[in-house]
Amino acid sequence: MENALISTKNLTKIFHLSTGPLGRKKVFVHAVENVNIDIASRETLALVGESGCGKTTLGRLILRLIEPTKGEVLFKGENIFSLDRERMRSLRRDMQIIFQDPYASLDPRMRILDILAEPLKTHNKDMSKREIVERVKELLSVVGLQEFVMSGFPHQFSGGQRQRIGIARALALNPEFIVCDEAVSALDVSIRAQILNLLMDLKERFNLTLLFITHDLSVVSFISDRIGVMYLGKCVEIGPTADIFDHPLHPYTLFLLSAVPIPDPHARDRAKLILEGDIPSPVNVPSGCRFHTRCPYLRDVCVSEEPQMQYIGNRGFACHFPLY
Amino acid sequence: MEKEKSLAHETLFEDVIRAFKENKTALFGLIVVVILVVLAIFAPYVTPYDPYEIDLNNRFLKPSLNHWFGTDMFGRDLFTRVIYGARISLAIGLIPSLIAVSIGAVLGVISGYVGGRLGYWVMRMADVVMAFPSLLLAIVVMYTLGATLFNLFIALSVVGWAGAARVVRSQTLSIREKEFIEAAKAIGVKDFKIMAKHVFPNCLPSLMVLFTMSIPDAILSEASLSFLGVGAQPPTPSWGLLVSNGKEFLFSAPWVAILPGLAILITVLAFNFIGDGLRDAIDPYLKG
Repeated sequence: MENALISTKNLTKIFHLSTGPLGRKKVFVHAVENVNIDIASRETLALVGESGCGKTTLGRLILRLIEPTKGEVLFKGENIFSLDRERMRSLRRDMQIIFQDPYASLDPRMRILDILAEPLKTHNKDMSKREIVERVKELLSVVGLQEFVMSGFPHQFSGGQRQRIGIARALALNPEFIVCDEAVSALDVSIRAQILNLLMDLKERFNLTLLFITHDLSVVSFISDRIGVMYLGKCVEIGPTADIFDHPLHPYTLFLLSAVPIPDPHARDRAKLILEGDIPSPVNVPSGCRFHTRCPYLRDVCVSEEPQMQYIGNRGFACHFPLY
Repeated sequence: MEKEKSLAHETLFEDVIRAFKENKTALFGLIVVVILVVLAIFAPYVTPYDPYEIDLNNRFLKPSLNHWFGTDMFGRDLFTRVIYGARISLAIGLIPSLIAVSIGAVLGVISGYVGGRLGYWVMRMADVVMAFPSLLLAIVVMYTLGATLFNLFIALSVVGWAGAARVVRSQTLSIREKEFIEAAKAIGVKDFKIMAKHVFPNCLPSLMVLFTMSIPDAILSEASLSFLGVGAQPPTPSWGLLVSNGKEFLFSAPWVAILPGLAILITVLAFNFIGDGLRDAIDPYLKG
């Protein structure tokens, strides 16, 4: 992609686990394998897939919170894994993360003021105490919280309020890119809508680029420009949201979309497709196409040969027999 | 601004207050300790006698209004010696525990957070210390360094850090996986700061419990060492030494050994009560 803010090149993460008696047996978990994704500046890319498909690992890799087994992440054309410690630290201003669990993502022993001041103190050593307090007040108002919140501790606030604090922390350094890792999944439905609206507002206001990791497709259609579908550590389909919702190309995407609940009871004439079986273990990855163990359109070539990502216009898919 | 007030905070300090409010045995322990501390500090004003003055005309007096705990084999007032002994026992309880818990906390946090080879060897060292019978190890230290009070501090600190390190390490291992640590990393906070500002404060409640719990251990160790003759030396009025001196007259003048023994018992019990109360009050906090 021409104007990609972030692109991954053959990004792969394989975790090593020791099992068996005395930990002698080594097991390899293929969490993310050969993922190539571009995220354009100011777009929202939603990453969807079942639990355990590696979407969270991918988000962590893109922020270099974990080191990859191989591959690159280019941020504005520069491979972040080749940066030394200090340059990586200063790059962190530009890339932030919002977590899933608002109860675990804030240090229970710190006041909100200190939580929000931490990024400021880390990167702007010359900021005075008053400037920091002013900035924290500003951040709180940006995410729709009142000033008195500053003096409280995390456990005094509700899940929605905490998530707003988490968002404020991510915004503190004016980043260009934010990974939202299941950022609304742990919230009540009513709160979820508020937080989503807030995120969309902030995205417009601060020209943010978002990677929105979620398993909830009803959220995706609301916020994202493009969707990337992941299955067992691979990106199997990627493309504009509306196109993918209209006619998915990969059978897995079709099943995922079919599982989205329809609010209008009269519109429920659509045949519901249910996917059989569980997602295979990322330890023993199926041969050929990783989806072949569950795919209803299975043919011989699917078992023997792994489909490569192909692109038609702005859509990409990895399937031998796409659903045209 | 009623709301602002209610947000004031619920801190570690408030947890401590709650521990004593809700737990009567802990409150009892606290009262005993406070009385002991007051007696120890104001010992010269509490009793008219000198703890070292020998009065051979008044040997082995039974407890009476003049001599509350009676007198010992040199005619010294036993109550006076017990409350002067409280100074030593409290110092022995507090200072080595503080040193041991501090060393254990630093090593535990580093070992748990950094992990790898360093963490491994710190814990193996702790295992070695724990594998030794602690009293024996303390005796060895006292024997090589000489039997003085200062060396007693060192001996008890050397013995005590391992347990603290192990507890703090396991706490650190679980805190390390929390998302707020990942958030700090994503911000670019340096590892040392993460340990000092996030990991350590979250270990603090357990450290406090650990500290209070190790005080009675230290007091008992001092008493045992002094009883065995490698701790405080006569005529220092250490509790262990008082019991040790009294044991020869256990049948003719039982109070000389029993009353200092009771002092040890009550003090240790009081600190244990406080420790239990703190643990009960603080533990639920650790969940969230």
